[in-house]
Amino acid sequence: MGWFNRLKDGIQTATKFKKEAPDGLWHKCPKCAATHTVKELKENVFICPKCDYHIRIGSHDYFDIIFEGKYTELFSNLVSKDFLDFKDLKQYKDRLEASKKKTGLKDSMSVAHGKINKKSLVIAAMDFSFIGGSMGSVVGEKITRSINYCREHRIPFMIISKSGGARMMESAFSLMQMAKTSAKLSQLAKEGIPYFSFLTDPTTGGVTASYAMLGDINFAEPEALIGFAGPRVIKETIKRDLPEGFQRSEFLLDQGFLDFIVDRRNLRERLDDLLTIFSLSDAD
Amino acid sequence: MVFLEFEKPLEKLTEQLQKIIQISEEGDIDVSDKIQELENKIKSKKKEIYTNLNGWQKVQLSRHPERPYTLYYINQICKKFVELHGDRKFGDDKAIVGGIGTINGQSVVIMGHQKGLNTKLRQYRNFGMANPEGYRKALRLMKMAERFNYPVICLIDTPGAYPGIEAEERGQAEAIARNLMEMAQLKVPILCYIIGEGASGGALGIGLGDKVCMLEYTWYSVISPESCSSILWRSWDHKEEAAEALKLTSEHMLEFGLIDEIVKEPLGGAHNDPEKMSKVLKAHIKKEITALKQIPTDELIDKRIAKYEKMGQFDLLVEGE
Repeated sequence: MGWFNRLKDGIQTATKFKKEAPDGLWHKCPKCAATHTVKELKENVFICPKCDYHIRIGSHDYFDIIFEGKYTELFSNLVSKDFLDFKDLKQYKDRLEASKKKTGLKDSMSVAHGKINKKSLVIAAMDFSFIGGSMGSVVGEKITRSINYCREHRIPFMIISKSGGARMMESAFSLMQMAKTSAKLSQLAKEGIPYFSFLTDPTTGGVTASYAMLGDINFAEPEALIGFAGPRVIKETIKRDLPEGFQRSEFLLDQGFLDFIVDRRNLRERLDDLLTIFSLSDAD
Repeated sequence: MVFLEFEKPLEKLTEQLQKIIQISEEGDIDVSDKIQELENKIKSKKKEIYTNLNGWQKVQLSRHPERPYTLYYINQICKKFVELHGDRKFGDDKAIVGGIGTINGQSVVIMGHQKGLNTKLRQYRNFGMANPEGYRKALRLMKMAERFNYPVICLIDTPGAYPGIEAEERGQAEAIARNLMEMAQLKVPILCYIIGEGASGGALGIGLGDKVCMLEYTWYSVISPESCSSILWRSWDHKEEAAEALKLTSEHMLEFGLIDEIVKEPLGGAHNDPEKMSKVLKAHIKKEITALKQIPTDELIDKRIAKYEKMGQFDLLVEGE
């Protein structure tokens, strides 16, 4: 932060969770470099007031925005374990501990049940700050339990994706979460319970190639990176530069893989509309 | 014959054997004892080597240039086979092949990743890396199997789905995801075999089934050891370590409950006796189809989903932790 020193330690948001959204007093936009106070940003749901850049935020920030702070967290007792005793430069166990400490979260996905104008919705949202938002067994299990919960109570389901893909440290277990979550989503589809997939920056790899692309409705935040392979891998494979805007939300909308792009400021209202429309489907 | 690094002791013995055979053909000296001795030696050496393979060596075996590929097995296993092309949307992918055929009087839909047999064909087959059309062709064939009530057989052998610009434009991720969702609900039995490389979503894209088996010397993982090394170790030099850490062998996968069965390979691997391998595979398919056909459709789908629902390793915190 250079010559800006924090005046007070721990200027925090209202809830007990540390947010991925910036804290401190000032924040410089990574896109247009304009500096705003965090208070200003927060009032603008962490969108740069100058260039509309959507700053990355965390699961609980989304719950606050969508449910106006009133929600119940579900399945928060699920935690990852180092089942394979996986060690690269670090032991997976230590990575998990470090991530927990850094983020105050237990894993890269949190689930909340809340309401938008009296209409129930269950949201499973990912945190990129937790090991790159990677999908391991806990993510698969939280989605599975959420789906079972939604089936039992007939509540629409939404996943907010923000992930680099499968968690390598869980090897084939993480791979199988693609199969597990897709299989479970097929049950929702069969039973006529709506599933919304909301893709945010970034959504790549095994997450895109499973639940993120399987919504009855797929929508994204502006300019989010969305793809199967990451841009670096593609560049290395084809050995040339990638076109401008490639793998961004606007590109995917154009290619027919998204239904619409939504500004975070309109998210709650748009979800309200969707829930209203879908809730009327049972009427004559 | 191509010998891999760890097979070098076999190369010497095989050369010796060939020399002696040559001598015996040229002269009238009786060397049959010597031949017998060498053959036994080769056999016991093979056993020794092949019972102590590490993860990386199995990865190398799965990529052995003489290893049989999908079309070889299909032609060996099916009495009749008609290859079908195209996804009816964009094009025909060459890295996934498939069609209709018969196995012991049973009509089946059979498909798999196809690698090329030589340099030119390897390019033609895109090294077994499918584009979205491949996955969509596979789905089209599966939906046809469902209409006619034929079992589906998928042979898996890919270093991954192709990471290219066009693949992204046409929705690689969507194609794989769609297959997973549709395969979960397919109303006919699905049998999957990893016959070579089982790399990540590219493998899984035709790999969700009632019974998923791995040939003995194959691997299945979320990422190739090379890519894993490059990402987690930030260098390409740790592929052996990555292969160990990923626990990607058939034994590991069975132990973890992520596959249902291992299909034994002939001594020295499938490429040492492709015909025998095909026979083993065919017998296995026949047995599995007979068993799966007995299960009522609803039960089949419920069981399939329940199997995947169980996959995962996590802890449950007790209240207050």
